[in-house]
Amino acid sequence: MRKTTGKKPESPRIIYFNQAAMTAPYLFWALAFIIIPLLMIFYYGLTDKTGAFTLANVAAIATAEHSKALWLALALSLVSTAICLLLAYPLAMILANRRVSQQSFLVLIFILPMWMNFLLRTLAWQTLLEKTGVINAILTFFHLPPLNIINTPGAIVLGMVYNFLPFMILPLYNSLTKIDPSVVNAAYDLGANGVQTFCRVIFPLSIPGVISGITMVFVPALTTFVISNLLGGSKILLIGNVIEQEFTQASNWHLGSGLSIVLMAFIIVNMVLTGIFDKNGEGTAL
Amino acid sequence: MKKRTVITKLTGIFAMGCLLSGFLAGCGSPDASGTAAGAKDGGEVIVYNWGEYIDPDTLEMFEEETGVKVVYDEFETNEIMYPRVEAGASQYDVICPSDYMIQKMIDNDLLQELDFDNIPNAKANIGAQYWEQSEQFDPGNKYSVPYCWGTVGILYNKTMVEEPVDSWSILWDEKYADNILMQDSVRDAFMVALKLNGNSMNSMDPDELAAARDLLIEQKPLVQAYVIDQVRDKMIGNEAALGVIYSGEAIYTQRENPDLEYVIPKEGTNVWIDSWVVPKNAPNKKNAEKFIDFMCRPDIALLNFEYITYSTPNDAARELIEDEEIKNSSIAFPDLSQYANLETFNYLGDEGDELYNEMWKEVKSN
Repeated sequence: MRKTTGKKPESPRIIYFNQAAMTAPYLFWALAFIIIPLLMIFYYGLTDKTGAFTLANVAAIATAEHSKALWLALALSLVSTAICLLLAYPLAMILANRRVSQQSFLVLIFILPMWMNFLLRTLAWQTLLEKTGVINAILTFFHLPPLNIINTPGAIVLGMVYNFLPFMILPLYNSLTKIDPSVVNAAYDLGANGVQTFCRVIFPLSIPGVISGITMVFVPALTTFVISNLLGGSKILLIGNVIEQEFTQASNWHLGSGLSIVLMAFIIVNMVLTGIFDKNGEGTAL
Repeated sequence: MKKRTVITKLTGIFAMGCLLSGFLAGCGSPDASGTAAGAKDGGEVIVYNWGEYIDPDTLEMFEEETGVKVVYDEFETNEIMYPRVEAGASQYDVICPSDYMIQKMIDNDLLQELDFDNIPNAKANIGAQYWEQSEQFDPGNKYSVPYCWGTVGILYNKTMVEEPVDSWSILWDEKYADNILMQDSVRDAFMVALKLNGNSMNSMDPDELAAARDLLIEQKPLVQAYVIDQVRDKMIGNEAALGVIYSGEAIYTQRENPDLEYVIPKEGTNVWIDSWVVPKNAPNKKNAEKFIDFMCRPDIALLNFEYITYSTPNDAARELIEDEEIKNSSIAFPDLSQYANLETFNYLGDEGDELYNEMWKEVKSN
């Protein structure tokens, strides 16, 4: 059926002009806050103090301190991402299966803490976990052994999971609500049991959400330096801390940028991998 | 040397980001932070100081009396301050760096000589010994006017530490594992280890530095956390038994928790001075000198001392302190002649900075 609009179609030239005018702010934004900073990082990362080209800043990742910080950051962020996924998936399923009127309220509850500054929430964890902190005060009151988790990798993982969990829940929730209930019903009608339906229908259909959830948790977790500083007592050096210190303490922007380039490479690898999986996910879904 | 909260530290980190974006947008001037009502007749003075390092009332009083508007900006460490001034993107009139950083700024031709005729209060009120000490980083006292000074020592909790504390070596005592707070800054941490080994804290000897590094690595399992300003709050909250701290914080912590005691270890320590300086590109040098002069007035220096509790080099202000205990406090005003091996940090050049940073990274990543 032909769609009728009340208006005469505009000439292609005006449309083109309008589009250009409309995208200008975004182009400016991308240029000023994405492209130019990126170019600056590459400039600093690939030059030395005299301004001559060098790969030394990038190669510096191979030194014992830097590679240790990188592997530790990778390990902790992978663990955090896995825990986030395991925690968030059942929750997102519960949310998606609620009545619509309840859904928005429940989602709000999970988003609500994000309205507070994330630094303050991390500082609150510090107060909770401290030796004489709130949790230990309660444990001692009940004559239970105190919890010594602050300033350990465990505390950093806790901080990452706590801070980034909503970024896993929301994409999962979104992709699960988009699944047509009749597809699930069809699976049951055709004799699949609960486990089979989940493995063969629901999970494959939610892959795009899983992928974007993993990216949204893994990338900030890999690059964080605030969480490791506050909950790790500055005793545990992650690659983010190394970069931060090169900028703020050692004022060696060249090395800091060089290491950032390495980190970017890891993030791009992550994105490419997830992109491949995403396509497969979509492919089986359609 | 520094009095700040973790929040200011974090905002400092964000300021880095803002600095970068401000730099890009070509609006890196600090004017945005000064929003006092309209410019007054006297023009303005742009002040760049440590976080929480002044009584805000004194700024208002200065504006009232002189008609000069104060634009006030804060930094978190000397190292963060330096590139901003060096880049020249932000123009400041008065800055308050520490000794070794002043030396670095003089070396790199970033400061201008002060006209002491416009700062009569400085020579009149600041004690001779502080001018003498300033000679170490500002020969001839041409560039800087002392604002605060102090020592670095051990703050300990009398209820948790039984034996007398008089040596840095107690920070390596396994009895206090997980009860020790170290400074999370490279020069301060190495100062402790170098002094314990009987070396100069300005050492450039690779062997001495390697020994200090190994000592710090050996200490790491005993350290509860590497922190800067949080030493104060954690010690007040009985989180740790021992902490390395600036003397200026000690009086404040004792007010909050009477169990705390501050000592200067027998192996010697860092005696530091933070001084007012005027950078080369200062737009309002006259107002800058007016500001420094105002800060050297005894009544103003007293207000600041009472607010920030960092030792004042202003002898006239010290005379005005009513509380005899504070006035003669061995923490705020120690008799330095009874301590051996006191030193002030020197700027060690880019090579020195790199050497220390490299070693510190090895400690932290271990």
